[in-house]
Amino acid sequence: MMKHALGGALVVVLLVAAAYAAFFVAPTDVKQGLIYRILFLHVPSAWTGLVAFFVCFIANLLYVWRRAPRWDWLGISAAEVGLAFTTVVLVTGPIWAHPVWGIWWTWDARLTSTFVLWLLYVSYLVLRTLVEEPDRRALFSALFGIFAFIDVPLVFGSIRWWRTQHPQPVIMGEPGSGLDPTMRKVLFFSWLAMLGLMTLLLKARYRVEAMRGELETIRREAEVL
Amino acid sequence: MSLLSNTTALLGKELRTEFRSRELLTTTVVFILVVVVLFSFTFDPTSGESRRFAASLLWLAFLFAASLMLQPCFLREQNNDTLSALRLCVADPFAIFVAKLAANTLFLLLTELLMLPVFSILFNVPVFPVFGQLVLVLFLGSLGVSIAGTALSAISAQARMRELLLPLLLLPLLTPVLVASTRVTVGLLDPAPFMEWKGIGFLVIFDVVFLTALWLFGEYLLEE
Repeated sequence: MMKHALGGALVVVLLVAAAYAAFFVAPTDVKQGLIYRILFLHVPSAWTGLVAFFVCFIANLLYVWRRAPRWDWLGISAAEVGLAFTTVVLVTGPIWAHPVWGIWWTWDARLTSTFVLWLLYVSYLVLRTLVEEPDRRALFSALFGIFAFIDVPLVFGSIRWWRTQHPQPVIMGEPGSGLDPTMRKVLFFSWLAMLGLMTLLLKARYRVEAMRGELETIRREAEVL
Repeated sequence: MSLLSNTTALLGKELRTEFRSRELLTTTVVFILVVVVLFSFTFDPTSGESRRFAASLLWLAFLFAASLMLQPCFLREQNNDTLSALRLCVADPFAIFVAKLAANTLFLLLTELLMLPVFSILFNVPVFPVFGQLVLVLFLGSLGVSIAGTALSAISAQARMRELLLPLLLLPLLTPVLVASTRVTVGLLDPAPFMEWKGIGFLVIFDVVFLTALWLFGEYLLEE
């Protein structure tokens, strides 16, 4: 219990520090002004989401290989946490894009592929609700998770090559290119804080799923008796 | 060698089952026709724009049709209780997948080839000068759809709401196939037709990647 509280406190401190750095340490962007600061929430969330999906992929592989329920629990937890972060990306993106690009959404490569990524993992969660038997649900969702993760680079590749031929918004076409050193430091610090948050959420979600799994086993045993 | 002979035998079985009733092929052809006609109401098909949209409409219709057509692939085995027997009689379960996906590719390609002339007349796009190239992209696209679709239909056959689940799982996964094949087809239906080889290469990569994944993980999909 003490350990959880300490971990939580550490993550809160990190997040507050990251927010402080994002608002007061990083210099204001010459062209975009204040709004650019959403970058410190948007970009680290995107990276963290990808990390969570990678954790999900590894858990899926391990489940197929080892068949231990804990890998299934980790898989679902990581998928949900990754989806939460990707949702933050998809929400903060338009909030930034509207004043800077003048539009909420554009079918640009990065936006579109993030959206498809989000859809793939939503399907993963839907699949889990539609298979009753726990072992089968775990195996099928693990296999779909593997297929989905393999698909991600193909989605990114195809959309990047063929969907960006229409005129693209010019400002910040490549975030990260020519970023001010202080901004870069703040960005990576925010990512660290986000990774902390991800670990915290993942652990909490995993505990819930483990309890649910055990409850399910007990219930089934009770039915057999 | 046993993989090849098993696959041929199973493919024969798939083809015989279908060509006895032809219900899958007939239904799919009619379905595509309905979708294409309905699409034509959503914009003015006689305008110059139709040339640009034609390829996308065609591929969307094929994709939707495929997501429905692949449904019975494993469901049939399950309903007839033949899946365990199938698994018992082949040494490598990959043979079951190869046979099924080859049959599905063939069925898809057949319906697409039937629809192509109709489509050409309805939307006023000449397909015959580029017929060979079109068949190539149709084949590679259908193969990709069938590989992913056959794998996922083994999953959806054992879930609730399977009719909705398969399209839900399959369609986002097929984004790369849709993007690449539409791009190639748009080029081929252009007034000055050109072949986008990058797209063909991309489809080959997709097919190889997913075939490898199916080879590695397919047997787990058929576990009891």
